[in-house]
Amino acid sequence: MNRLTLTDAAASLNDGKISSRELMESCLRQISRVEDRLHAFISYNADRALADATAADNDRANGADIRSKPFLGIPIAIKDVIAVKDHPLTCGSRILGNFISPYDATVIEKLRAAGAVIFGRLNMDEFAMGSSTENSAFGPTRNPWDLGRIAGGSSGGSAAAVTADECMAALGSDTGGSIRQPAALCGCVGLKPTYGRVSRYGLVAFASSLDQIGPLTKSVRDAARLLGVLSGVDPRDSTSVPEPQLDFELALDRDVKGVKIGLPKEYFIGGLDPEVNEAVHQAIRQMESLGVEFVEVSLPHTEYAIATYYIIATAEASANLARFDGVRYGRRVEGSDPYEMYCRTRGEGFGAEVKRRIILGTYVLSSGYYDAYYLRAQKVRTLIRQDFLKAFEKVDLLLTPTTPTPAFCLGEKMENPLEMYLYDIFTLSCNLAGICGLSLPCGFSSNPKLPIGLQLLGKPFGEELLLRVGHSYEQSTPWHREKPPGESQRSEEPDRILY
Amino acid sequence: MSIVEIDVKYVANLARLELKPDEEARIGTQLGQVLEYMDQLKRLDVSQVEPTAHAAPRVNVMRLDEVGPSLPLSEVLRNAPAQANDLFLVPKIVE
Repeated sequence: MNRLTLTDAAASLNDGKISSRELMESCLRQISRVEDRLHAFISYNADRALADATAADNDRANGADIRSKPFLGIPIAIKDVIAVKDHPLTCGSRILGNFISPYDATVIEKLRAAGAVIFGRLNMDEFAMGSSTENSAFGPTRNPWDLGRIAGGSSGGSAAAVTADECMAALGSDTGGSIRQPAALCGCVGLKPTYGRVSRYGLVAFASSLDQIGPLTKSVRDAARLLGVLSGVDPRDSTSVPEPQLDFELALDRDVKGVKIGLPKEYFIGGLDPEVNEAVHQAIRQMESLGVEFVEVSLPHTEYAIATYYIIATAEASANLARFDGVRYGRRVEGSDPYEMYCRTRGEGFGAEVKRRIILGTYVLSSGYYDAYYLRAQKVRTLIRQDFLKAFEKVDLLLTPTTPTPAFCLGEKMENPLEMYLYDIFTLSCNLAGICGLSLPCGFSSNPKLPIGLQLLGKPFGEELLLRVGHSYEQSTPWHREKPPGESQRSEEPDRILY
Repeated sequence: MSIVEIDVKYVANLARLELKPDEEARIGTQLGQVLEYMDQLKRLDVSQVEPTAHAAPRVNVMRLDEVGPSLPLSEVLRNAPAQANDLFLVPKIVE
C-alpha cells in the first residue's frame, strides 16, 4: 500500500480499508528493503513514526473531523533543512552536530494540524548547495532507476524516497531548481511555489530571496492537495504574501482547451540531450491534442541567468551561514579566543562546496567588488524577471525541459564546480524571477532507462493553471504509473563513488 | 585569457573560515574560473535598470509592538556546546 498515491491512500484510510499504522508499516518495510542501496534518508525514527501513525488511527476512531484533516495518518518525509520539533536537523552538514530542533517550521505546524504523520530526515546537498546530493556530509543518495547515478539535488533524498515509495510524499526546498531537478531525474512530481506563497519560517535559509519550500509527490493531484495546506501568509515570515487561500484541487479536472503555452527558444538549443528533446516535443504534441496552443517566445537574458544566480545566491548564503559559529548550537572547535573558535569551527564543520560558495559570496559583497558583481547581478535579475513578465503578457504558461540530460553518473561532475553549475540552466531563472514552476515525468531515455522531466512555468501566484495543465497531461500519459525496478535491480556499472 | 585572481586568504578571514593551504589554492583556482564566467554580465547595459532585491512586491511589512511567547530558556540552551548560569559559554574575548 506504500505504492499508492497520497490521494488514493487518503481515500482508503477514509473508507476504513487500511489503517495509518499499516500504511506506515508498509513504508518502513520498503525502507528496510531499499534504503541500504538508496540512502535517501539521513535518519528516521521507526518507533516514533509508528507511534504517531497509531495516534492518527486513534484520532480517526475518536471522530476526528477528516475534512479539516485531509492528511490524517499520511506519512510524509521531510528534507533535513526544515525544522521539526524534537527531530534532528543537520542540513546535510557536520557543522550542526547533534542539533535537535526546538520548534516546528510553519509548514510542519500546518501539516500536523492537517493530521499528517511527519517522519524522517531526508538527505540533501549540504545547506542545499548542490545539484546532485553528492555534497551531503553523509554520502550521496542514489537514483532509484540506476544506482550508479545521481538522484539530483539538493532535494535528492526527497525525490528518491517518493519515487521508491518509502513515503507517501516529501517536502523539499528549491532555491535554483532543488525540487524540480531531482523530481525530473528520479521521475516524480516536484513543485516550486511562487516566492512568498509558502512561509519560510523554519526553513534553514540558503538564499533568502530565492528559497521556497515545496512538495515532491507521485502525482500532480497530490502536489495540489499539499500546496493547499502548505500555503498562506505567515506573520513570522515577512516575505510571505497574503494571497487568498485556494483549493488547488478544485479546478484540476477542468479542460485545457485554448490555454496558450510559450516555448522559450533559448531553452531548446544545442547541448540538449536528443532523447530529452524528443520526449519534450512528444509531450508538446500530446498537449496539442488536448487543446493547448503553443507559441514560440523569447527570454533574451537567459544566457546570463547562471552568472546572475551564482552571484546573488552565494552572496545571500555567505550572510545566512554566518550564524554557524559554534557559539549557540552545533559542533564547536575550541580556540583561544572567539575569533579562532569561529574560524576553526567553520573550517572543520563546512564541506568543500559550502566553503567555496561562502568565499565567492563574501568576495562579491566585499568593498570594491560590490558594485561590479552583486549590484550588477541584481540589475540583471530585474531584466530576467521582466523577460518572464513580458512573455506572460502573450502566453499563460511556459514549457521547457527541466534538465539538459537525464541523470548523470555519480562522480562525473565533481572535478569542475562550474560544470555542475551549468546543469541548472533551465531551473534557475524561475527562482530569480520569483514565479512558480512544476516538473513532471514526460518519458524515459532508452539505454539505460532513466526518467525525463518536463517543466511548466507559471505567472506569479498562477499555480492553479500550472497544476491543471500538468494534471491534464499526466492523466493522458502512462509515465506516472511507472515504478523503478525492484530490489533485484543492480547497476550495470561498477561503483564509481568518490566520497 | 587571464583568470581572475582572488585574495582567498583575505576573503576567508572576512568570512571567519580557516582554510588549509591546499584548500586555499584549490578554491582560488576554481573561483577564478567561476568569476571569469561571471564577467559576461559586464556585456549588458544596466545603467537604466533598477536592482531587484525581492522576488515578491512587499514593502514595510510591520506588526504591532506586542509581547508574544518566546522560546523557553531550556530550549534555547538545549543545543549549546557549552553553557553556565543560563548563558552560552565562549572563550574569553577581552583580558
